[in-house]
Amino acid sequence: MSEEILTTQDLHLYYGEKEALKGINLNFDAKGITALIGPSGCGKSTYLRTLNRMNDLIPNVTITGTIKFKGENLYAPNADTVEIRKEIGMVFQQPNPFPFSIYDNVIYGLRIAGEKDKEKLDAVVEKSLRQAAVWDEVKDHLHESALALSGGQQQRVCIARVLAVSPEIILLDEPTSALDPVSSSQIEATLLNLRHDYTIIIVTHNLQQASRIADRTAFFMNGELVEVDQTKNIFMNPAKKQTEDYISGRFG
Amino acid sequence: MDTKKQNKLAIGALYGIAGLVVLILLALLGYILASGLPQLSWHFLTAPAKAFLKGGGVGVQLFNSFYLLILAMAISFPIALGAAIYLYEYARDNWVTTTIRTAIEILSSLPSVVVGLFGFLFFVVKLRLGFSILSGAFALTFFNLPLLTRSIEDSLRTIDLEQREGGLALGLSRWETVTRVILPAAVPSILTGVILSAGRVFGEAAALIYTAGQSAPALNFADWNPFNISSPLNPMRPAETLAVHIWKINSEGIMPDAKAISSGSSAVLIIAILLFNFAARYVGKRLYKRLTSA
Ligand SMILES: Nc1ncnc2c1ncn2[C@@H]1O[C@H](COP(=O)(O)OP(=O)(O)OP(=O)(O)O)[C@@H](O)[C@H]1O
Ligand SMILES: [Mg+2]
Repeated sequence: MSEEILTTQDLHLYYGEKEALKGINLNFDAKGITALIGPSGCGKSTYLRTLNRMNDLIPNVTITGTIKFKGENLYAPNADTVEIRKEIGMVFQQPNPFPFSIYDNVIYGLRIAGEKDKEKLDAVVEKSLRQAAVWDEVKDHLHESALALSGGQQQRVCIARVLAVSPEIILLDEPTSALDPVSSSQIEATLLNLRHDYTIIIVTHNLQQASRIADRTAFFMNGELVEVDQTKNIFMNPAKKQTEDYISGRFG
Repeated sequence: MDTKKQNKLAIGALYGIAGLVVLILLALLGYILASGLPQLSWHFLTAPAKAFLKGGGVGVQLFNSFYLLILAMAISFPIALGAAIYLYEYARDNWVTTTIRTAIEILSSLPSVVVGLFGFLFFVVKLRLGFSILSGAFALTFFNLPLLTRSIEDSLRTIDLEQREGGLALGLSRWETVTRVILPAAVPSILTGVILSAGRVFGEAAALIYTAGQSAPALNFADWNPFNISSPLNPMRPAETLAVHIWKINSEGIMPDAKAISSGSSAVLIIAILLFNFAARYVGKRLYKRLTSA
């Protein structure tokens, strides 16, 4: 039994008057992959974005309940969002490399944090790109624009960019939904590589993907967490009728 | 008539209108260049103007135009940049920002002669700056600020929200995201906006007639101490610009070759503005390439 790195208790989130999360209780052990699945609009992205406070950017959002990262309340008045996001990185649906070179993309976080040692930066670039399983494809054009890469390569560079700031948790919101099947399976392989060293939480619409890569799966519906369990239990033997209906494609 | 014919007719009409516009512009440009280019010479571009005699040049006016432009840009660019960043990156939509935006809208549609008269009353008279480069630069700032702010805001708008989220999700602060991710990505487009607005400022006359004044005292180009009255850098001296010079010659010029000087000045002005425009495109493209493929 490993320790819980991230805990959510009775989490409610309102967009204005509209309640998008209705009391979520969900905890994550350190390391491993958890998949969040559920019909469109059920609040998966909303939930994921509360975990590194990305919802702060949206006006009129009210959040109640507690989220703790290693026992520290993420929403405490003195919590530092910048520090939080260094520990809890995020990869988005649409690959969003900065319009700079591949090299600069990967070290951007570190460079801004003040790291100047060229050797160290070089090492981080190589290590991160290797971890993201894209090193062999880009090693000869590190100083060319990241925008010139394919969507799948861009997405893996974005993963490398997050790895370079060495977070503990990586959040991914449908990272493969804008990619072709080959790129998608490369990303899956990348994540499987990372699962021993990072706590990974991934939103996906692709149930096969969840069953292939996730250790644990959480099923959301209408702003509520219906159930969470080992992935094989969710898929083979769900406890709730709604889960079974969703898994068997009866709605959603 | 069937739709195919209608379509053809409509396209034909549109081509016709577009062609007409281009033709008018080319004719104007051609006329100005044809009558102006023969007047141009090194002497014309560098010599001081003469009030009563023939053979004057526009050297001082040309210098004044550039000096005023640089000063006005140096004042208005940082303000516009700050305002645009605040409005687009930080401010949330509320009555304060709505008011600021409305004010910018109104200011940007203010006729420049009104800006000029305001500048005259406020800077020249009230603040006792007199007819001076400084008064002119402030008036130009008022003229330029709203347009520049809007153009920088538009440049920021072209950068996807995903870029901001990407920056923040890496643990950059808001400020770092703006200055290290958004601004570099927006530089080419911001620069294009700046150069285009420089063209507008360069050709502006009405805002300057009553602020920078209509006289161009001879300058001593060997004296770069800004505190000396004949130094080109002195910001307190009156400074007629090229655009004002054209206006003045045509309304009250009494030198025998007024027509020729006016034509020559117009050609210089047009060429300068054309160069600004080409430079804007070229520099914008080059910078974007450099920034995106380091
Ligand atoms: N910025 C917002 N303002 C208002 N309502 C929002 C906002 N973002 C999301 N919502 C609403 O909150 C609910 C949950 O949205 P969310 O994006 O979290 O769903 P999701 O499960 O990620 O859906 P999808 O699978 O389509 O990505 C939806 O009803 C959505 O309309
Ligand atoms: Mg979503």
